[in-house]
Amino acid sequence: MSDVQPLVHARGLVKRFGDFVAVDGIDIDVAPGEAFGFLGPNGAGKSSTMRMISCVSMPSAGELRIFGMDPVREGPRIRGRLGVCPQLDNLDPDLTVRENLTTYARYFGLSRAQARARAEELLEFAQLRDRASSRVEPLSGGMKRRLTIARAMVNEPDLVLLDEPTTGLDPQARHLLWERLFRLKQQGVTLVLTTHYMDEAEQLCDRLVVMDGGRIVAEGSPRSLIESYSSPEVVELRFGGQELAGFVAPLDGVGDRVDVLPDRILLYAKDGDAAVSEVHRRELVPSSVLVRRSSLEDVFLHLTGRTLVE
Amino acid sequence: MVTLTVARLVSGRVSVGRVGAVVGRNVGALRSGASYWLVLVSGFFEPLLYLLSIGVGVGALVGRIPVGDGRVVSYAVFVAPAMLAVSAMNGALSETTFNFFFKMRYAKTFEAILATPVRPIEIALGELSWAMVRSSVYTALFLVVMVVLRLADPVWALAAFPATMLVGLSFGALGMAVSTLLRGWQDFDLMTAAQFSLFLFSGTFSPVADYPGVLAVVVRVTPLYHSVELVRGLASGVPQWGLLGHAGYLVVMAVAGLWFAARRIERVLCA
Amino acid sequence: MAHPAVAVLERHLTLYKRLWRASLFSSFVLPVLFLASIGLGVGGYVGEVGGVPYVEWIVPGVLASTAFQMAVGECTYAVFGEFRWNRGAHAMFATRVSVWDMIGGWLLYIVFRVEIAVVVFLLVVGAFGVLSSPWVVLTPLVAALLAVAVAAPVTAFSATIDHDSYFALLFRFVMLPSTLFAGVFFPVEQLPPVVRSLAYLSPLWHGVELSRAATSGAAPLWPVWAHAGCLLVFAVGGVWWAGWAFRRRLQD
Repeated sequence: MSDVQPLVHARGLVKRFGDFVAVDGIDIDVAPGEAFGFLGPNGAGKSSTMRMISCVSMPSAGELRIFGMDPVREGPRIRGRLGVCPQLDNLDPDLTVRENLTTYARYFGLSRAQARARAEELLEFAQLRDRASSRVEPLSGGMKRRLTIARAMVNEPDLVLLDEPTTGLDPQARHLLWERLFRLKQQGVTLVLTTHYMDEAEQLCDRLVVMDGGRIVAEGSPRSLIESYSSPEVVELRFGGQELAGFVAPLDGVGDRVDVLPDRILLYAKDGDAAVSEVHRRELVPSSVLVRRSSLEDVFLHLTGRTLVE
Repeated sequence: MVTLTVARLVSGRVSVGRVGAVVGRNVGALRSGASYWLVLVSGFFEPLLYLLSIGVGVGALVGRIPVGDGRVVSYAVFVAPAMLAVSAMNGALSETTFNFFFKMRYAKTFEAILATPVRPIEIALGELSWAMVRSSVYTALFLVVMVVLRLADPVWALAAFPATMLVGLSFGALGMAVSTLLRGWQDFDLMTAAQFSLFLFSGTFSPVADYPGVLAVVVRVTPLYHSVELVRGLASGVPQWGLLGHAGYLVVMAVAGLWFAARRIERVLCA
Repeated sequence: MAHPAVAVLERHLTLYKRLWRASLFSSFVLPVLFLASIGLGVGGYVGEVGGVPYVEWIVPGVLASTAFQMAVGECTYAVFGEFRWNRGAHAMFATRVSVWDMIGGWLLYIVFRVEIAVVVFLLVVGAFGVLSSPWVVLTPLVAALLAVAVAAPVTAFSATIDHDSYFALLFRFVMLPSTLFAGVFFPVEQLPPVVRSLAYLSPLWHGVELSRAATSGAAPLWPVWAHAGCLLVFAVGGVWWAGWAFRRRLQD
């Protein structure tokens, strides 16, 4: 980090709305080529942070530099090098798919010929070539989102910001989108994204910060976070309709830790199968047993005592 | 023929209570907020401002103008009944076009109502009654203004009121019938254009007899012309038998519009 | 590299290419209908005003009021929607386009729209031979100034309000009274003094006076610089207000 200038550099960054503190003093550095994620539930301060990085929202306090420039004074210059995919699609519904790309390209100062050429490349990338002349309105949610991401690439940005890129999409559309984003990553494009899906964070991010209540509560690669804050495996136990709190004492010592959720008990262990045998040896009879690899969801639960999607 | 069909559609099967319930829904919507009220109240001012500008303002340049029967009246007296008829038209159309279309196509209000025992003709009658209420409030207020400005005699103003109700009824029915045919918001531009053309060329600002030949013929078959003639005849205090012809035209339009609208609601929503 | 405001203008033109039919009537047909109904129809009973036939007298008024009504009409729902419905303004603001580029490009577009309507109107009216003064070539310039003086504050208003029902108020209590009482159809000297001073506050009246001066070749009521100055104040004030309103909407 010391020899390369970070694309995003924040120290003690704060965003207040009246009395409400949305972002409460965070430090981040995003290096070129990195895929960096903000993971957290709704209201954690991710979108507010993203809006400050995209230079449309002014920091209330702290230091923020994008490409080494001050977003307050050099907003348009910075935005000229950014690609932004907002949480809510803001495509032009009355224009065609192609026109959405060319019109947007012109905002960045591309010549008409450049804009046309770039639009063709991006139609390919977004897999929307056969819809190029159709209006945006009738497109599916997944297509619109792919178009929004393609549009964000129109100026060959140095940094792409994606706010909740797959929220509201069906599973198939999400996987298609992840595949497209993964391509960008392979091409060396720097990505900064927010998500409240742990699978998305695991899929796409080289490094991420977990946010809660406007603060960063943990930082690292998905693997290292899981290693530091959870055990390799998790056993999910259900006990029909029985009162779960009563099982905590009998399960003591089976794994590293026990968490009681409203509908199930989570047992953190190095070896899930061994833990299950131990449960049976203690003559406990769960109605269902599931052994799985530990995920970021478990990290988040451990750090905040809450689940990500509530 | 059409009258018979409507009589059959209506007879014995229409419940006043259910029609009332449709009207009641509209009354309830009044409580939905200040914005609807604002639009409601502001609609009254449009014809009044035209009366003051063209009738009084330009009227000062005109002086007096001959009306068909040989009398000569001040220009404002000539324009005022026309604006009264326009007021009835606007009041009824604003409910049965824009609002009606929204309820039918977007808010799915009618779909929800039809899931109850209420029938299409009852929706049409309910919506029309509501449009009549709005239109009548406009015209009653407008008549008060006319009397205050000495543009109409109080007795003849009272006589003109039922005529404005007929105008509201027939335009309400027409508006509803047209709304069931509209494909989308873009068609409203066409309808607004038509409404404004009627407003400018229905003997509103100058006698139809002055219009060039073809235009005069076309105008004589359009509804606002008959409305203006009927209302002007009564408000100016010189009723003639010919007014019955204008009234007859409006009655036929009301019945036909209502019948058509009910059938279209049935076809669009009960298919 | 094209100026960002030009890119914004292009975007609005692209949209216009798709949606021009909707405004055909109000831009081109309505002014002519007004002229026929009031100018010819009522004019037949008026005779002359200010030494010219009535229809000739209201031509510059109808021309200015067309520019005025278009400027109001185009800057309401379209601007409101850019912030509230399709969020097109947010999309632009995510690029190197600044708030001033957005406003500049938008006003250029409005001027373009108004100029087409005004030129078509002049051609139609000119065909009937009611344009006599050579100064008439200045009317497009007057229309452009009036359009900006009206479009800028209305754009700002549309970016400020939180509910689109305020437009009904704007149309009925600002636009319509202006159109009807700002000297388009009869001289404002006829108005009672209180109402007359309201007419002086309307940019349309200044536009009508300048436009009438151009078509008749006679000097307007106030000096030309005073009328033009009033319109300029509206334009500059409106742009400033719009800048404030846009920034407030787009940054937090």
